[in-house]
Amino acid sequence: MNSTRLFAPLALALAVVALPAYAQESPYIVTYDHYLEEPGSLEVEYFSTFGTQRGGNDFHAFWAEFEYGATAWWTSEFYLDGQTTFNDSTIFTGFRWENRLRLLQREHFVNPVLYIEYEQTSGADKILKEVEGHDVESDYAVPNAIARQEHDHELEFKLLLSKTFSGWNVAENTIATKNLTGGNPWEFGYAIGASRPLTLKASANRCNFCRENFIAGVEMYGGLGDRYSFGLPNTSHYLAPVVAWNLPSDWTLRLSPGFGLNDNSHRFLLRWGLSREFSGFGAAMARLLGGR
Amino acid sequence: MIPSTVRRSGLPILLVTLPLIFTWAVAQSDNSTPKKNSVYAELAKAPPKAAARHNPLASDPNAVAAGSKLFQLHCAECHGEAANGGRKGPSLRADEVQQATPGTLFWLLTNGVVRRGMPVWSKLPEPQRWQLVSFIKSLSAPPKS
Repeated sequence: MNSTRLFAPLALALAVVALPAYAQESPYIVTYDHYLEEPGSLEVEYFSTFGTQRGGNDFHAFWAEFEYGATAWWTSEFYLDGQTTFNDSTIFTGFRWENRLRLLQREHFVNPVLYIEYEQTSGADKILKEVEGHDVESDYAVPNAIARQEHDHELEFKLLLSKTFSGWNVAENTIATKNLTGGNPWEFGYAIGASRPLTLKASANRCNFCRENFIAGVEMYGGLGDRYSFGLPNTSHYLAPVVAWNLPSDWTLRLSPGFGLNDNSHRFLLRWGLSREFSGFGAAMARLLGGR
Repeated sequence: MIPSTVRRSGLPILLVTLPLIFTWAVAQSDNSTPKKNSVYAELAKAPPKAAARHNPLASDPNAVAAGSKLFQLHCAECHGEAANGGRKGPSLRADEVQQATPGTLFWLLTNGVVRRGMPVWSKLPEPQRWQLVSFIKSLSAPPKS
């Protein structure tokens, strides 16, 4: 199947049949809570990360994300990554395919979700979607021409634990990653986050600037070493306030300034994202491809 | 040639297994949608303590209007704009729903019916879920033709 035949129905479904849907999106950029995409909905997202770099050039990394709710307990996502390193070049750095599986049918005191990802990226990937192992700032100072020659095939597993109470969401992610190229050991990392809407009751009218449309919080993430040297030495860590603005016009905006917590971390990361959810995408695709 | 580390890691197993699971999941999802009676049966599974909860916003004059707005934003796509039922979700004007206690509806909203395609809605703050319950309970039964 050539690319035109593959993507034409997808674009047509998005443009004509699938309806934009209001989403109550979390403000996290790195941390995952236990909420999955609504079944049959497609969320298209764009994210950017501007990072400062000591001993090298600052960079702007970006990724596009296509998140599909296969069922109420399974969400699948596809990412395309790239980056611009100032005074260097702009390059495509790879793709990721992630799946999140809800393990329990109902809400419990803590709600676990299993995360499985395969990624094929180059050594020049700088999106910092997660920090693991001994990832440190100096790794990102390598010029693109050299860094892109390294090819990584990684399997990444996360256990996502999340709970919402009194309007607060608290989430914790434990990360284990195995680079399948070379003899790299398992690497570990973490992400934790807490967030809350600015107000818990909804107003009676549709409005852009209602406090209920804003969710604010904070997240912290970093590496935990690897199988042979587990712990905090030679790891990087970040603390980042986060805010999301869920617009009734179906768009969600996210903003997060992040601050490195030790000398191994980038001093400053500014992240922002824009997303839109399309409900009924799965049914529209099925109809366009001749299904029910 | 596949590197030995890749073979040991089970990547080929993963690449075969995931599409199979995906196909099964979609089949499960499709099978679940028309069985609306079984979705209503989920209401009976609410624990007595949850079913007995009272709606703290029952006397809030804005609760139904706010619930109506939330319904259009989050629920109408599946349950229909008039809550008469849609392609994926059952009617919320049915007797099974209208006769359920507010606590039961709140419990169902919070926990979803994940196996049958209804997501959990605990990501909406509790007051918003109660506003939705207020709106759902305000719906009258559909006119009989």
